[in-house]
Amino acid sequence: MMLKYVRQYLRGLLLLELFRGLRLTGKKMFEPKVTVRYPEEKTPQSGRFRGLHALRRYPNGEERCIACKLCEAVCPACAITIESEQRADGTRRTTRYDIDLSKCIFCGFCEESCPVDAIVETRFQEYHAERHEDLIMTKDKLLEVGDRLEQQLAEDRAADARYR
Amino acid sequence: MHPLVMLLPDPWQEASLLLLTTAVGIVMILVPLLLSVAYLTFAERKVIGYMQSRLGPNRVGPYGWLQPIADAMKLMFKEVVIPSGANRGLFLAAPILSLTPSLAAWAVIPFNDTAVLADINAGLLYVLALTSLAVYGVIIAGWASNSKYAFLGALRSAAQIVAYEIAMGFALVGVLIAGGSLNLGDIVRAQSGSVLHWFWLPLLPLFVIYFISGVAETNRAPFDVVEGESELVAGFHVEYGGMAFAMFFMAEYANMIMIAVLCALLFMGGWLSPFESVPWLGEQLVLPGLFWLLAKTSLFLFLFLWLRATFPRYRYDQVMRLGWKVFIPIAIVWVTLVGLLAALRVPPWFD
Repeated sequence: MMLKYVRQYLRGLLLLELFRGLRLTGKKMFEPKVTVRYPEEKTPQSGRFRGLHALRRYPNGEERCIACKLCEAVCPACAITIESEQRADGTRRTTRYDIDLSKCIFCGFCEESCPVDAIVETRFQEYHAERHEDLIMTKDKLLEVGDRLEQQLAEDRAADARYR
Repeated sequence: MHPLVMLLPDPWQEASLLLLTTAVGIVMILVPLLLSVAYLTFAERKVIGYMQSRLGPNRVGPYGWLQPIADAMKLMFKEVVIPSGANRGLFLAAPILSLTPSLAAWAVIPFNDTAVLADINAGLLYVLALTSLAVYGVIIAGWASNSKYAFLGALRSAAQIVAYEIAMGFALVGVLIAGGSLNLGDIVRAQSGSVLHWFWLPLLPLFVIYFISGVAETNRAPFDVVEGESELVAGFHVEYGGMAFAMFFMAEYANMIMIAVLCALLFMGGWLSPFESVPWLGEQLVLPGLFWLLAKTSLFLFLFLWLRATFPRYRYDQVMRLGWKVFIPIAIVWVTLVGLLAALRVPPWFD
């Protein structure tokens, strides 16, 4: 009993546990660092990453969206607004397709619900806006993003196809 | 002699020459000191970052080397907000009161055998007096801010600094007995011989007590209950911004360097080379004394940062217990022992 007390006292006095702590941090100092130097280095990104939205086209250039409004209905944040009209060739197409990025929660439901893989979320996330209006993606802007990233979008979806 | 000085009558010549050399000496100490303060903040962020598997600041300039300059610029251009209900005069005087003593204490520090600004007999006493003065800056800042966080921080600081000042004082008494002088240069010269002649060996407990009390005195982690971010926001300087805050910051880091230099001088042989009486290496490796002093100081400064990266903050009652019930008794016992050894002239230290 007494001996135990003395031993504990000595251990505290000789700072043994503190030296163990110091050894740990001292060792950590020379180990590789986990920091990613962001603009120069980037973390690996999944093909399923949900970033900025895009509207895709068929290879013949026709837009995929048929204005079924499933995405508008499923959107939990009510970020999507769609208006549609019948075109001269009898097909239904959107006249307005807005996504308010300041409402969007990037859940990916719109992409899940789309029967024709029209609305997708791209892996692109490095966008910014200085005014609120700039965060509202119109149909033109969405199609443009889709055209720009089509190759990657097609690749990612092809790679993911067997899990869906 | 400077041509302007030559024009003056004879007794004036001497006085103004003294003034000139002193002014040059002050500049030669303060400029490198303030630069090291700036880069100590950078070193701290880097070292702690590395110990936490991070990189630390690396955006401003190559490897982040310009970070302290960016910080200084930012602080200089920020407004010093004076809180309503604060005592304006004291609020603005507090940062000055805390920075001045920590700079003034450098006057008696010997950088090598000859380079010392003021070679006074009571050097150690002067250092002790000035480092104790710093607590007034903290107390006044806490009181004048008219904020409960600042006030609580100041109260804690007062109690803590008083407690550790005593242990520190006793540790220094041991050094006085061993060195036989209050003059810092003489204390270092008393340690000459070899690494084993330095006072760290005969005064080991006092050395440990002195360094840990120094960490507590400068309110550094793990004794930073005064600032205690999770309890008191920032402690005594919550209400300060801009250059007023920067002055507290500079005072803290200047005090850190001060404690590190004192540790090097009092216990680790100051400017003396560790290879002094090593047979072959001693003659081959002749480096200026300043180099050894700076190397030892950097070692202690690194230890400061290492401690901060490793240990969590003490609870307040634990800080008090350590100061009053552990350090002071050990210091008294060891001082008595050293006194006995010195009276009996035990070699190799006390002959």
